[in-house]
Amino acid sequence: MILTIARKEFRSLFATPSTWLILGALQFIFAWFFLARLDAFLQVQTQLAQLANAPGATQAVAAPLFGTIALIMMMLVPAFTMRLIAEERRNQTLTLLLTAPVSSMHIVLGKYLGLLLFLLLIIADCALLVLVLTAGTQLDTGLVLSNALGLLLLTASYAALGLYVSALTAQPVVAAIATLAALFGLWLVEVSAVDSDHAWRALAPTGHFQSFNSGLLNSADLVYFVLFSAAFLLLAIRRVHNNRIYG
Amino acid sequence: MSDAAPPTLSAHNLSRRFGQREVVHGVSLELRRGEVLGLLGHNGAGKSTTLQMLTGALMPHSGQIEICGFDLARQPMQAKARVGFLPETPPLYREMSVDDYLLFSARLHRVPHIQIAVDLAETRRRCGLQDCGKKIIGTLSKGYRQRVGIAQAIIHQPEVIILDEPTVGLDPAQIRDIRALIRELGDAHSVILSTHLLGEVESICDRVEIMHHGRIIYGDSSVKMQQYGHQPGFIVTLMAPPGLLELQAIAGVQQAEQLSATQFRILHTPDSDPGSTLLALAAQNGWQAKQLVPLQARLEDVFVQITENQ
Repeated sequence: MILTIARKEFRSLFATPSTWLILGALQFIFAWFFLARLDAFLQVQTQLAQLANAPGATQAVAAPLFGTIALIMMMLVPAFTMRLIAEERRNQTLTLLLTAPVSSMHIVLGKYLGLLLFLLLIIADCALLVLVLTAGTQLDTGLVLSNALGLLLLTASYAALGLYVSALTAQPVVAAIATLAALFGLWLVEVSAVDSDHAWRALAPTGHFQSFNSGLLNSADLVYFVLFSAAFLLLAIRRVHNNRIYG
Repeated sequence: MSDAAPPTLSAHNLSRRFGQREVVHGVSLELRRGEVLGLLGHNGAGKSTTLQMLTGALMPHSGQIEICGFDLARQPMQAKARVGFLPETPPLYREMSVDDYLLFSARLHRVPHIQIAVDLAETRRRCGLQDCGKKIIGTLSKGYRQRVGIAQAIIHQPEVIILDEPTVGLDPAQIRDIRALIRELGDAHSVILSTHLLGEVESICDRVEIMHHGRIIYGDSSVKMQQYGHQPGFIVTLMAPPGLLELQAIAGVQQAEQLSATQFRILHTPDSDPGSTLLALAAQNGWQAKQLVPLQARLEDVFVQITENQ
């Protein structure tokens, strides 16, 4: 049942022209950043070669690219999560799901998985771009993988938050703005905490992404992302269930 | 329809509040296989709320609902798989094609994979959607959307079909088609439909329940409802009428009333038939009887009478 809903959600995304437009624009932005980083790297490459432990292409090009995408995701995810439940409520299609033999958990997880699959596509797309570098140099696969994993976890936590906010309202636009505000707020918390080990930093998803970005697989960060996503998914399930109670 | 058929849906003592306002109180319903039940009522009488509770979209504050022996609160999966629901606004995804949407709905209701294609073809035939499988729902006219909504409610062959105002906003030809479809569905399944169109009740329902201010105030077969509080009588036209007293004197006549120079309304007791006596007298005395029209209760009058009695 979860997969049925996930599949429908995934296919619905591609039924709207705006999705294709966003995908195209994203691809353009990714390529732009990638080429800019690559260009900068090539210019300083000769000087870097004289250093003892110089950063490689992966560290100089791929890691910053993933860092940029993490920021773009903050603005992108709300645009996709806003429709998930708010639009169903506005168009009164939620009734179909509520009266079908599926539980609130199936509905929420199905929608979450469908969207995650789509976001995974964007991340994979960006990983492919980085893999192009193998044509000229040797890649630090570990660093690329940890970045991709970190980005996936970060996006998954954003999506969980967005899904919950979408479950709170019947207006997709309100959901988008509220999600963006929440994510931006969390990011500001991270930026304003100057010390790297400040307690506030632990609150923001972006802070936990930093270690993945530098190639560090920290189980504490992993647990943070899993807990963050699970908490908002549970809240969303509760909210959808409340729909049956309060109408 | 027979009382021996097992009940497919039974609701007992349903109540529902929205905030402080009690919208439905103590509603009990029973539905048997092969029966079409019409739920009548004014706007805001609590019909839609009741139907939403029967389908599990809304939880009742008290009361039990059983569908084919499964309790809706304790075994929601089994119970809901046996219900098809068309809400007031058909729950359609505008960006999907008709086929995709119906397939999604069938999978959602756990139709086995091998059966899906057959069910889809059959449902499309029944709802007259053969030619629009590939069309996007957002581009369809209102009548077709309503048909897709009904198709969605019946594709998994549910035992109970619940339709909330299925013919609202359709043109007369479409209304006729959909009524025929509901009648056809009513032979093999049980159907509840809510409506405020009385003609609909007359033409398709076996049984009627009337809701008023959240309570069921009347429930009987639709034939009996038409006779509710009905005084038998007729209107007779006599071109050369006698005096009113002479008409009143005919055996069985309870009341005679002059409507115009030539028209009289005669009310009589249910077990007598003064019509033939009157015609015989008219022939004898040269009253020149022209026509005799039996009085028929209009469902509208009956409905107003029942709701006003409360």
